[in-house]
Amino acid sequence: MRILLIEDDATTASYVERALGECGYLVEQAADGREGLYRATEGGFDLIILDRMLPSLDGLSILAALRAAGVQTPVLILSALGQVDDRVKGLRAGGDDYLTKPFAFAELLARVEALLRRKSASAQEVTRLSVADLEMDLLRREVRRAGRPIELKPREFRLLEYLMRHAGQVVTRTMLLEGVWDYHFDPQTNVIDVHVSRLRQKIDRGFEPPLLHTIRGAGYVMRA
Amino acid sequence: MRRPNFLATSTFRLALLYAVLFGASVLVLLGVFYWGAERALQRQTSQAIEAEIQALQERYRSAGVGGLTQAIVERAQRPRLSDMLYLLATPNGQALAGNMTAWPEQVRREDGWLLFAIERRWQTGETERSEARARSFELPQGLLLLVGRDNRERVSLRRFMLEALAWSMAAIVLLGIAGGLLLSRRVLSRIDAVARVAEEIRRGDVSSRVALSGTGDEFDRLAETLNRMLDEIERLVASIRGVTVNIAHDLKSPLARLRGRLEMTLRADAPPAERSAAIEQAIEEADGLIATFNALLSIAEAQSGRSNAEMAELDLAALVEDASDLYEPLAEEREVRLEIRAQPGACVTGNRQLLFQALANLIDNALKYAPSGGTVRVWAARSGDGPELGVADQGPGIPEVDRGRVLEPFVRLDQSRGTPGSGLGLSLVDAIARLHGAVLRLEDNGPGLTARLVFTRAGGAAAAAVAPAP
Repeated sequence: MRILLIEDDATTASYVERALGECGYLVEQAADGREGLYRATEGGFDLIILDRMLPSLDGLSILAALRAAGVQTPVLILSALGQVDDRVKGLRAGGDDYLTKPFAFAELLARVEALLRRKSASAQEVTRLSVADLEMDLLRREVRRAGRPIELKPREFRLLEYLMRHAGQVVTRTMLLEGVWDYHFDPQTNVIDVHVSRLRQKIDRGFEPPLLHTIRGAGYVMRA
Repeated sequence: MRRPNFLATSTFRLALLYAVLFGASVLVLLGVFYWGAERALQRQTSQAIEAEIQALQERYRSAGVGGLTQAIVERAQRPRLSDMLYLLATPNGQALAGNMTAWPEQVRREDGWLLFAIERRWQTGETERSEARARSFELPQGLLLLVGRDNRERVSLRRFMLEALAWSMAAIVLLGIAGGLLLSRRVLSRIDAVARVAEEIRRGDVSSRVALSGTGDEFDRLAETLNRMLDEIERLVASIRGVTVNIAHDLKSPLARLRGRLEMTLRADAPPAERSAAIEQAIEEADGLIATFNALLSIAEAQSGRSNAEMAELDLAALVEDASDLYEPLAEEREVRLEIRAQPGACVTGNRQLLFQALANLIDNALKYAPSGGTVRVWAARSGDGPELGVADQGPGIPEVDRGRVLEPFVRLDQSRGTPGSGLGLSLVDAIARLHGAVLRLEDNGPGLTARLVFTRAGGAAAAAVAPAP
């Protein structure tokens, strides 16, 4: 998986490059807007991580130029401008996700994985999801574990669906708030954790092995 | 401060302009008067000449050329009629009788009148040049008779008018300048007082204020407005200074902890587990700092009104349903009953994200302070004042005197010192409320706190931020 990182801050760039490299990604860096746009139009990348404030050409202009040229590579916008409006502008300009600086690496990694996964998964419409012996029927809105039906409230169902769609990837609390509730802010309380622990009670209690894991300092992951 | 050049002041220029305008109007007045007087004079001259001609013609008819000649000689000698001109001449222009020596040369004709220049010599030896106006006609024997009048009266009238004009102009200029000086000095001294205060404030004495004369005139009104503005600025500066000091204080302790933990990881003898624990705690501290800065930026953004672009029509009931859905498990875990009342149709124009964040902050607060076993009520409704969002808890509440203060950033009441929180939650709610033209009202829930976000129809700008308890 090749990732193009368009970022002018050398410290952030080398940190992201190294950390993503450790996770097995091939990261190439462009430190300036024009160079970034040039490399991005060349193609061959699976994902572009784009800083908003860049020398010579700003991030949103690069994004607009890419989309106008028909380049559909997923773009994760990285920016110190984190207010609601900035976010909306970035997503409207054609960004696929938006992450505010400073960020936790776990958050970046989780979002990068989600975007890469989405790219490969969006091809076919899924009607069934499964992780180990946990099965979800999206049409009949049914969940079973080891063949036994599990009763879920509508919101718990959506939460589980999100986790299962991202099975094997870490999802962060803000990703859950965005993906399941459609709100973007930093919850100051452990409001998301309570939802997850309730869900865990229903799908993991009395079963082996546990499927819903907590990753310290990052979020949650669904895996066998 | 630069002493203003007196002649460059606007008051002086105005006074000068006024003097010029007044002078021009006097000029027009005198001009009209002169024109009228001259016409009257000319008419009078014409009438006098016509009357003389008639009298002389009658004399000629009754007494012939001899009588006419005698009459002319008599008339020419009368001093009272010295401005009259008489001449009886032969057809070739030779004078027979009258006070003119010869038939005039270079005569202009105008409506049957003859106009010509004459030179008169008086007994004193002086000569006087003037213009004359006359009529002439031929007598049956071929003799020529001329009766006229010179324009000495007109000349003296003109001289009188010019003199009058000169004097009045002098008076106007003098009065105008003197008045301008007096007026501009008075006005300048008041303006100077304002400028002095501004200069003092620029130098750093923010408590300086413009003195009032007490007459309530325009300058007093200006001074009052300026003083009110200065009060507001002083208050804002003080509050900004307070916020800055609070930010510094509130960020210093987490930074100190962060520094301490990082230093600990440097110690060579620390076991690896302890080290990674210290690093994890340091990251937590850093996250806390980031959250504080994010909250500050959100407040600043809401206060700047930049989010206006993303406003849309939305139902507050939907927000309350969402909040209930999100917070129900947390409330249950804390053994607090969440009582939801979402009355549909409480519609406002707003930013869904920001309003939800405001509601989430209020619910966070309520859950934090609500006693276990208590109830937190959350509602969306249409009250008499307009649509409203409300959250009420049964916690310790906020004393009435502190209700305005807690909306300021970083203000935390003593009773909440021990609980986690940045002291920015209510500030953000207040800023979001103002952005939406809504008012955050903190009221007594007896016991506990009721927080209401009221979207008054008139907009919240003029309404008080804190309403007294009902």
